[in-house]
Amino acid sequence: MQVSVKWLKDYVDLNISIEELAQRLTMAGLEVDSVTDLGKGISNVVSGEILEVKPHPDADKLVVCLVNVGNNTEPLTIVTGAPNIKKGMKVPVALVGAELPGGTSIKKAVFRGVESHGMLCSAEELGLDPTGLPEDEQNGIMSLPSDTKLGQPIQEVLGLDDQVIELELTPNRSDCLSMINLAREVSAITSSSLKLPSISKEGNNEAIDQLATVEVLDKNLCHRYVARIVKNVKIGPSPLWLQHRLQAAGMRSINNIVDVTNFVMLEMGQPLHAFDYDKLAQHKIIVRRAKSNETLVTLDGNKRTLDEDMLVIADATGPVAIAGVMGGLDSEITPNTKTILLESAYFDGASIRRTSRKLGLRSEASSRYEKGINPAGSLDAANRAVDLIEQLGAGVAVPGKIDVYSTNVEPTTIQFRPSRANFILGTNISRQEMLQYFRRLSFDCEEIGEDLFKVSIPYYRRDITLEIDLIEEIARLYGYDNIPTTMPQSTMTQSTKTPIHGLIEKTKEILTGLGLKEIITYSFIGAKSFNKIRLEEGHPWRNCLAIKNPLSDEQNVMRTTLIPGMLEVASRNINRRQLDLALFEVGKVFIPQGDNDLPLEEERLAVLISGGTRKAWNRPAEKYDFYYLKGIVEEFLNKLNQKEYDFVQANNCQTFHPGRTAEILLKGELIGVIGEIHPLVLDEYGIDQKVWLFELKLDPLVAGFLKFKQYEALPKFPAVERDMALIIPEEIASSEVEQKIGVVGGEYLVQYRLFDVYKGEQIPEGFKSMAYNMVYQAKDRTLTDKEVAEIHNRIQQELQNSFGAKLRS
Amino acid sequence: MREELLKIREQGRLELDSAQSLEELNELRIKYLGKKGLLTQVLRGMGSLDPAQRPIIGQLANEVRDSLEQCLTVKSGELQQQALLKKLEAEVIDVTLPGKPFVSGNKHPLTLILEEIKAIFTGMGFAVAEGPEIELDYYNFEALNIPKDHPARDMQDSFYITDEILLRTHTSPVQARVMQAMTPELPVKIIAPGKVFRRDDDATHSPMFHQVEGLLVDKKITFADLKGTLLTFARQMFGAERQIRLRPSYFPFTEPSAEVDISCFKCGGRGCNLCKDTGWIEILGSGMVHPRVLQMSGYDPEEVTGFAFGMGVERIAMLKYGIDDLRLLFENDVRFLSQF
Repeated sequence: MQVSVKWLKDYVDLNISIEELAQRLTMAGLEVDSVTDLGKGISNVVSGEILEVKPHPDADKLVVCLVNVGNNTEPLTIVTGAPNIKKGMKVPVALVGAELPGGTSIKKAVFRGVESHGMLCSAEELGLDPTGLPEDEQNGIMSLPSDTKLGQPIQEVLGLDDQVIELELTPNRSDCLSMINLAREVSAITSSSLKLPSISKEGNNEAIDQLATVEVLDKNLCHRYVARIVKNVKIGPSPLWLQHRLQAAGMRSINNIVDVTNFVMLEMGQPLHAFDYDKLAQHKIIVRRAKSNETLVTLDGNKRTLDEDMLVIADATGPVAIAGVMGGLDSEITPNTKTILLESAYFDGASIRRTSRKLGLRSEASSRYEKGINPAGSLDAANRAVDLIEQLGAGVAVPGKIDVYSTNVEPTTIQFRPSRANFILGTNISRQEMLQYFRRLSFDCEEIGEDLFKVSIPYYRRDITLEIDLIEEIARLYGYDNIPTTMPQSTMTQSTKTPIHGLIEKTKEILTGLGLKEIITYSFIGAKSFNKIRLEEGHPWRNCLAIKNPLSDEQNVMRTTLIPGMLEVASRNINRRQLDLALFEVGKVFIPQGDNDLPLEEERLAVLISGGTRKAWNRPAEKYDFYYLKGIVEEFLNKLNQKEYDFVQANNCQTFHPGRTAEILLKGELIGVIGEIHPLVLDEYGIDQKVWLFELKLDPLVAGFLKFKQYEALPKFPAVERDMALIIPEEIASSEVEQKIGVVGGEYLVQYRLFDVYKGEQIPEGFKSMAYNMVYQAKDRTLTDKEVAEIHNRIQQELQNSFGAKLRS
Repeated sequence: MREELLKIREQGRLELDSAQSLEELNELRIKYLGKKGLLTQVLRGMGSLDPAQRPIIGQLANEVRDSLEQCLTVKSGELQQQALLKKLEAEVIDVTLPGKPFVSGNKHPLTLILEEIKAIFTGMGFAVAEGPEIELDYYNFEALNIPKDHPARDMQDSFYITDEILLRTHTSPVQARVMQAMTPELPVKIIAPGKVFRRDDDATHSPMFHQVEGLLVDKKITFADLKGTLLTFARQMFGAERQIRLRPSYFPFTEPSAEVDISCFKCGGRGCNLCKDTGWIEILGSGMVHPRVLQMSGYDPEEVTGFAFGMGVERIAMLKYGIDDLRLLFENDVRFLSQF
């Protein structure tokens, strides 16, 4: 909302500076975004009249003008290159010594031998927006109205001797979309007096009843419809004061009638619409729902297709306006309009909101209706508009009104306890003070008990319906700043966290410790991502929730896996030549549970690695591979007290390389998948380097995370280390060998570690060499060489029996 | 014999003194003090001496031995010292060469800010609660005093799954869920961090972002307590000198409602580009829980009162880290992530 300070002063005696006003408005909940001085930077620019235009003796593109700038001074000689200069034209003249916005200052100058004493100004040079001006003025000098007095400061002529306050209103204070209601608020917060315009009564209805009828068919959507008629209308430009008011409010002047309707809307908050009476078939107004596929060409020239949810204003033949949103082109006010029917109505906000959304059409009127206007003010607004039209000499009122008012608004009264206000605010405000605040707000207030007021709420403050609303009014006027600052007196509480929340925090700690960077991606992905990661039809991840109104195809379903988001991030980084990636994300995926139920929200962890670490002068490069990633999973699970996990070769997920994928099992339950991303998936993401990725569920890890760690006593007796290098058939999986070693080794084999895997020279075709380091130790004594040798040999023997493993010599 | 011993002493000391290395010194030790050394050779002639002379010569011989040994020790110390110095000199490295490149991980800046916020409020005894990211219209709007077609729904353009299920537009539904679960127990004292979604995507809006909701409901909670709690938060988050300013505002689920500004931490309130010359920066919305919300969640608003607040994590991260482009937070460029 743009508020002209000059206009505001029509209704309230301001006793403070504009800066102070802006501050007080903000602190009263009407946030001031900015204060703009319209004529900022302009000085010594006055209105002048071109007396004479002569060609420049020495330049084709310049002319020499003689300009009368009033105040009984000699006419000035001014050279200009503007194309639209005519004798008799009134123009803004920057005198010698003038300042213009943007810092230009005007000096006496000589143009090809002719002295120029000033400059004629364009709209842009005065810091104004030239759009809306006639084309020749957009590219040339601005033309002033022919009745402009000469020698007047240009700020006064153009209404730039004003300041505009930009207010950001909260939805509950839509009453302040009216200048008068805003003035009431200003009066309350500054204790200054109000001056409201007086409005004539409409007179008796005999005359109007013969001219028109109004029928409201849908009373739920139209609670009130007031019509008045003005005849002998003379359409013409509005007087300057009216143009300036609208201009300061950010609206363009159109003609006197339309300007008056807009002015009253801004002044009183009631949208008005003027119809060309002669265009209304049978002079009938019917307020009804549109018929399906009915059409209307609106004022902006667009043909709109309507439906049964939309309210229209119709005449005997069809719609003439979309109620509360926009009028029709056919019944618009034109220079030939002789008689107008003025509409001042109250339409249901929710209905207007839906209609305006569906049509993608918003107007000053619709936005006011949406927020809710005050039906009690409809007649006043119509009468005020008629008054103004008569004052402008733009028409003659037909006495009487048509007023279809179905639901009378009852005035609100609220019982208010001063002690309750003090209790909630933590203040000690006296009852007298509270009474005063209500009076300043023009709320009638009666003490009906020891600690009880009866407060009547004026009809324009529809936001106040409960005692708590009045308590807020007290707080606003008392000043939030004046309310004390204390700490809550509450019982001691303990700060708990859900186990999964704790696990997520721990997860992030472990993974950053392993050198990974956390990413956060959107919870929605594009449905086509499922194709990009090559999920077969019927894959459970394809069962997802679709967003009904997505912003784009890239964000139209809720994710069921973190993989697409991670691959997008990898792709973006690799495109930006960031080739070494070690990333993780913890986030929810959403699993549908039926149309009317909320989905299951499951916490997942995904880790992606690609590239490696770079060579440094003292360290070789390390390329990431499957086992680097597997090591991350293992360390992560170990840190969370998990021991019983397995990796099982898998090839049922097309996202991954068929030979380089494993399912991750925890106590036999599938919790995730790890693997190298399939080259065809990488192609889809435009990635030209290998990527390894795992995703797993976090919920199954909660129990282990919550378990207390159990300390193991440090060994008191020395350990013995032995190595064992074996030649084993290639098809035997490492896990099988390790399992066997563990079983046979028994309690004295406290640790074993695979330190070498080799295939090639010296190893027969179809075999591999695997070398293990074993650590033997007893808790209660030092093992003898003989004992160690016995276990070590038994392991070797068993491996030979089971897998045909032979000692490598 | 006496002369011989004296000569050995003199010569020995000269030679030991001028030894150049530990090896040479060792050879000299053998030459003079060894089993077949000069001193031993001389002493072999002791038998032929006058018995009266023997103790005298014996004593002298011991003196000579001591003298040579002392000399040897001193010299050996010197030479060892020299050798060490030489070794150390040879081991000089270029300390300006870069160190081993460690790669440590990074939490996302939003996680860091979230953790900070959580730490501040858990320190004041708030529990961390959670709610679903996909919510029923009832919890997201109705239970928060935002009925269908309420104009406030315009402020929060929503993503819908069905007519009744949507992506939550704020963390406030957790308020209603927690209160309904806890009633009639008191106090209700929680914060609820999480992702929220609004249908908006431009330079200053992301369709997904993070909020932290706070709620305290008890027998004697006042607006003044809200001010105190938020002042504590502001000072811990943005510095001990911060002031806060509450301005009346509007949220359907609180009344009275307030926007909360902190005094600008860049200029200290004098006015700068960060605070747009106002000296104040808006950081969160808050208010006293609306009686209708308490009622709908099963508490009697005449018996209990409460305050609630909600803050945008992205905004706080951008303010605190000086991030000037919201999109950076969701692009996940590793050069950006590495900075935190």
